[in-house]
Amino acid sequence: MDLTVIWAFIIAFAIFAYVVMDGFDLGIGILFPTFAVGRERDRAMNSIAPVWDGNETWLVLGGGGLFAAFPLAYAVILPATYPLIIAMLLGLVFRGVAFEYRWRDPGHRQLWDMAFTGGSLVAAMAQGMTLGALLQGIEVVDRSYAGSWFDWFTPYTLLCGLGVVAGYALLGSTWLIWKLDGEEQGHARKLALRSGIATLALMGVVSLYNMTLNPEYAAHWLAAPQIYFVAPVPLLTAAIAFFMFRAITRDGNSKPFWLAITLFFFGMAGLGVTIWPYAVPPDISIWDAAAPERSQIFMLVGVAITMPLIIGYTAWAYWVFRGKVDQDGYH
Amino acid sequence: MFEHLDAIMLARIQFAFTVSFHFFFPAFSIGLASYLAVLEGLWLKTGKQLYLDLFKYWLKIFAIVFAMGVVSGIVMSYQFGTNWSVFSDLAGPVVGPLMAYEVLTAFFLEAGFLGVMLFGMNKVGKKLHYFATLMVAIGTFVSAFWILSVNSWMQTPVGFEMAANGQFLPGDSWWDIVFNPSFPYRLVHTVMAAYLTTAFVVGGVGAWHLLKDKTDAHARKMFSMAMWMAAIVTPAQIFAGDLHGLNTLEHQPAKVMAMEGHFESHPDGAPLILFGIPDSEEKTVHYAIQIPKLSSLILKHDLNAPLDGLDTIPDDEEPPVGMVFWSFRIMVGIGFAMLGVGLWSLFARFRGRLYEWPWLHRAALVMGPSGFVAVLAGWITTEVGRQPYVVYGLLRTSDAASPLAAPAVAASLLSFIIVYFAVFGVGVWYVLRLMAKCPSTGETGAKRGDTGPIRTAGITPGPTQDPGSEETLPIGKGAS
Repeated sequence: MDLTVIWAFIIAFAIFAYVVMDGFDLGIGILFPTFAVGRERDRAMNSIAPVWDGNETWLVLGGGGLFAAFPLAYAVILPATYPLIIAMLLGLVFRGVAFEYRWRDPGHRQLWDMAFTGGSLVAAMAQGMTLGALLQGIEVVDRSYAGSWFDWFTPYTLLCGLGVVAGYALLGSTWLIWKLDGEEQGHARKLALRSGIATLALMGVVSLYNMTLNPEYAAHWLAAPQIYFVAPVPLLTAAIAFFMFRAITRDGNSKPFWLAITLFFFGMAGLGVTIWPYAVPPDISIWDAAAPERSQIFMLVGVAITMPLIIGYTAWAYWVFRGKVDQDGYH
Repeated sequence: MFEHLDAIMLARIQFAFTVSFHFFFPAFSIGLASYLAVLEGLWLKTGKQLYLDLFKYWLKIFAIVFAMGVVSGIVMSYQFGTNWSVFSDLAGPVVGPLMAYEVLTAFFLEAGFLGVMLFGMNKVGKKLHYFATLMVAIGTFVSAFWILSVNSWMQTPVGFEMAANGQFLPGDSWWDIVFNPSFPYRLVHTVMAAYLTTAFVVGGVGAWHLLKDKTDAHARKMFSMAMWMAAIVTPAQIFAGDLHGLNTLEHQPAKVMAMEGHFESHPDGAPLILFGIPDSEEKTVHYAIQIPKLSSLILKHDLNAPLDGLDTIPDDEEPPVGMVFWSFRIMVGIGFAMLGVGLWSLFARFRGRLYEWPWLHRAALVMGPSGFVAVLAGWITTEVGRQPYVVYGLLRTSDAASPLAAPAVAASLLSFIIVYFAVFGVGVWYVLRLMAKCPSTGETGAKRGDTGPIRTAGITPGPTQDPGSEETLPIGKGAS
């Protein structure tokens, strides 16, 4: 296995970590208007307040890592999806400060709650559409984006955006099943059921759509002998979805959340199979986009040393704030 | 509003705007994180409630500032790709890994321990909590280390090889790249600037409360600590700044020529131009007030040393002189004003009048925000002074931008301007409101009663919330 492949997996891991960890934060933001003003909103917010900042850092690693390990991909994808990236960043600005401001200024709490939801929704939608814009292919001439202004705006990218919104809502609501109890947990179960159905439906539609985007994508899935290796992915996804819905509707506590994460894992694995070996379809492979070996090795040393530590203290921070969240905070 | 500007100019304005706004927050939080670590350390050592009160008072402010720094910082990590994609492609193999190290060694450290620092004291105990505070403080410094290394490499690029496709590739030593010639100077100068910025904010807040009540113990402690910093660090900073200037003269002479307003070469001793109006068209400084030969003395340590001027630099390689000339003078002027306050405070301290001298307090109050202005002015000096290059001498800014049309960049720039002023304006207002309230004994800690929510935005209620009394338990009592 060469270094470029290792780096592709590291970036994929960072993106996956971001998607599931900030995914549940953003999902709670998206679902926020359905929570009762007062106790339910405060508890939902409190359940993520100690960890959202660390979760968001994975986005910086995803972006910064792409810059470092695949500079050409970074330099092509960002201009190609310029309005989406700017919208995402501004959405995250509103979402991030709302955590702080809503407690500082009760007179305008409604306003900051709206900023929290609006920011989360815009960020999630923009992330999904960026993913869609990448999958549908980006026009490149001479190492540079050569498409037009609105290439990123198609029915397909809209579907991808909605898929990510639904998926984040699923993560957020299953997280709340874990962190809340009583009536509020019941509400979270209802939300998880609905967003779970929407997520699966959109995942299915997007997966089928992918087959029509690029003959290579279809070949990855449908041609022999690959089909024998990749066929279990959709089958396993279906099985996980079944167990997830069972855990949501029965009395699963942390189970729905872990199964939702597993669902995301298979979803991402599926996207990996689809897009491989491109960093920017249809022209730039991961090897075309890769940084030179000296850069890859230098960073790999850093990742090898710091990543276990990062995972360790992140896990510790989650452990410190474990258990059901009270309206008045953790005891 | 932007019709006469091209896409590159707009992208430059956008980067300058977002990075300047962002820079305010770390300039404050680097120093404040260390200050918090000192306060908590003193509390653990002496057990004095006063230190804990101050710790919790500044922690609330830190939480808001840090959050604004985080959200404006994420924007920066994507600006390279959105607006400077050619730079990203060409310089990515060298600067990308340094920024990846910043994420791995600094951002995660800060974010990972922030939650515990802000409201974990009751859950993890004093010692682990202090450890978390230290990790956050170290994280802010490590972050400055890497990003200034990147910036310094763009100023003084070394240790690379050019690839056939124009990419900068790392040479055989990363050490050379990380510790490039201007980096040690820039790191020391910038980090001390951050410490001074914080010291003057703390001093200004202390002075404000001393003006209202000169007997207040919290205000006295804050003011005294801040003035020690001002008296000790300002001279060191001026010395470091001088060394940084000499380093710039060696590696980026054109920047120093612009800072000095030297359009002409001076073969036998160059004058120090104190003030004047630089005119790049006429290539002269109008109404110059100057001291003969002093510039040669400062830069070469010899009154008669020859100094080249901008006449030795081709016109299309000159930085914009006016902006660099003025921003440099603003920075230096504030530096000496800071020194003045520091020396004044020493004098007052030895006369026993540190807390009794309203004019000193008024001066410290006025100087409260001066660090931000100085930091920004210094940053403009070094960044505009690097022009017309983004990688000095090798890659022009005009060749580094993304293939975007002007209206797209104009629209995003307008969005940033509106959102930043609105969102961060409100945030700064919340911070000022917290500062307007004097720290009190038993400064409210993590609320453990039935109405206090837990949140990253400080562990105590805002001033508009009634702190209550019975449901509010100071951290110290709760934890000990």
